[in-house]
Amino acid sequence: MKKKFKLEDLDCANCAAKMEDAIKKIDGVNDATVSFLAQKMTIDARDDKFDEIMKEVVKVCSKVEPDCRILM
Amino acid sequence: MNRKQKMMLLRILVALLLLVGLMAAEHTGLSENIGNTWILFVIYLIPYLLVGYDIIWKAFRNISHGQVFDENFLMMIATFGAFGVKEYSEAVAVMLFYQVGELFQSYAVGKSRKSIADMMDICPEYANIEMDGRLEQVDPDEVEIGSVIIVKPGERIPLDGVVIEGESLIDTAALTGESVPRRAGVGDDIFSGCVNGAGTLKIKTTKEFDDSTVAKILELVENASSKKAKVENFITKFARYYTPVVTIGAALLAVLPPLILGGGWSEWIQRACIFLVISCPCALVISVPLGFFGGIGAASKIGVLVKGSNYLEALAEMTTIVFDKTGTLTKGEFKVQEVLPVDCTKEELLELAALGEGYSTHPIAGSIKDAYGKEVDVSRIGQAKEIAGQGICVPVDGREVLLGNEKLMKERQIRYRPCNGEGTVVYVARENHFMGCILIADKVKEGAAQAIKDMKQVGVKKCVMLTGDRREAAEIVSGELGLDEVHAELLPGDKVTKVEELLKIQKHREKLAFAGDGINDAPVLTRADIGIAMGSMGSDAAIEAADVVLMDDDVRKIARVVRISRKTLKIVKQNIVFALGVKALVLILGALGMANMWGAVFADVGVSVIAILNSMRVLCYND
Repeated sequence: MKKKFKLEDLDCANCAAKMEDAIKKIDGVNDATVSFLAQKMTIDARDDKFDEIMKEVVKVCSKVEPDCRILM
Repeated sequence: MNRKQKMMLLRILVALLLLVGLMAAEHTGLSENIGNTWILFVIYLIPYLLVGYDIIWKAFRNISHGQVFDENFLMMIATFGAFGVKEYSEAVAVMLFYQVGELFQSYAVGKSRKSIADMMDICPEYANIEMDGRLEQVDPDEVEIGSVIIVKPGERIPLDGVVIEGESLIDTAALTGESVPRRAGVGDDIFSGCVNGAGTLKIKTTKEFDDSTVAKILELVENASSKKAKVENFITKFARYYTPVVTIGAALLAVLPPLILGGGWSEWIQRACIFLVISCPCALVISVPLGFFGGIGAASKIGVLVKGSNYLEALAEMTTIVFDKTGTLTKGEFKVQEVLPVDCTKEELLELAALGEGYSTHPIAGSIKDAYGKEVDVSRIGQAKEIAGQGICVPVDGREVLLGNEKLMKERQIRYRPCNGEGTVVYVARENHFMGCILIADKVKEGAAQAIKDMKQVGVKKCVMLTGDRREAAEIVSGELGLDEVHAELLPGDKVTKVEELLKIQKHREKLAFAGDGINDAPVLTRADIGIAMGSMGSDAAIEAADVVLMDDDVRKIARVVRISRKTLKIVKQNIVFALGVKALVLILGALGMANMWGAVFADVGVSVIAILNSMRVLCYND
């Protein structure tokens, strides 16, 4: 399943790249892109575990860039 | 400016005033009355913390999250270093300058992001539905296929559909870049994202919002940034190594020389701090994607969708372009020009041909049926058999009718009279007896000749045309347009082979584009380096298969988009050279002790800001 999320206060391009890297490493995530310019995140992950994966995504993102919020 | 940025500006201004005051005090000798440097340190700490507390807070927080080498940490170390060597005013000034740069950077990025977003502002917010005699605004997402929506004057059309009542001029500029409005009346297809003119329209929707033109375009443009150009990938990789290398360099610079040369710790630590400040690759990480994003935005402004930065990059290297004839260079609207019967009347020949093409949806068949003008009585037609590259064979009233080109006539050994007019000739024979022929012509698109000329001007070396049509017809079109190569009488499969042949003779770093109308040429579109399709305002197959879509089928735009892509790449390369150049220079000067912290901060945020401003030029590009 592919889903898009808006991001708020994503302030640095380098952090966006780091977030993308970190999300891709989560188990069950097929693909992920974090667009600094569009302030959007696209996550392609397994259907059955999507909610759990999203929790993990939020955790990982707040580690990289605590100011950035994922709007769900 | 948003609230956060305004707050930052206030902090910067107050800290700046304090700093200026302190420095003035130092110069006038006032501060010498404060004998203890500790007190001076504490005084300087006030503006420092005022302007930089968030940096220090973030640095510590990120370390606790395992993110060591981030910008905040590096700035903290660098300024702490300056405090350590008792350069108080410099420490405050560096932090201040850094924050000014960051503020400006976030402002510039926000601004350019907004201008791209505005350009992409084609998303309709609501649809009007009539309920119990009253208009209600609903989310376009909730409107089902077949619903009737009402679009008032000046409103954006929310969903694709067919006009069932009313007439208006439609502004399609957002989709096609075309400034002349199109007239839409009852029965016309209408596309979401366009803006309604002065009339009110009642529209019956034909698609759900997710499948509508506007949703597709938005998705394409948003996803475009995920297909990265080579340059972008290079920057990503480069950034991964750059920061650690420079940081290690800084550590070595701080430790090794004093150990070897003995002493002078504070001097070398200061030089190491310069390294740390320059170690963020932000200037590149932001400005390069921003440049490509801007290029894609500029292209969509003229009605050309580029599906990824990699295609934009390829367009800049395009040297050969292959065109499909029908629908790309010609209008694709066939019209019967002449009916030349033998042994029967014109009407009889036309009726026979119309019956023969009864079930066919080919544009040629359509034109014959249009010329016939009456409803085709399908009960008179039997099972049609298609003969690839030649025509069809159909029983009409139980008698075998052949419709096709010269090859078909020759194959069946029918004695026919060749016709040499311009266009496509359909020969008609009944039970192997020649009945006559029908000449159908297609017109060359307006601006096609100009398109070829422009293409040559931007440096495309070879313009090739492929067609399934007769050689004569193809040669005429080619002569009119000034093409370099023509391959005629091709079967659909031959087109792929031809393109592959052409691909083989391409040199390294030369790209081949194929432009087609998207009907029947999906394999060729994908095979070419760049597939350019005529979008015809929403032909799904074309939009899907192609890398670049011309929303209004205007081939002249290919040359314009090539110019945009060149401009984009030029700016991106300028940024890379400029950013790396300045950074390398300051690194070297810093190591030699010839650069100060100011230079370092300039090499970091100053360069970023300049590179971002440079990237923004792509957006304003107008050829």
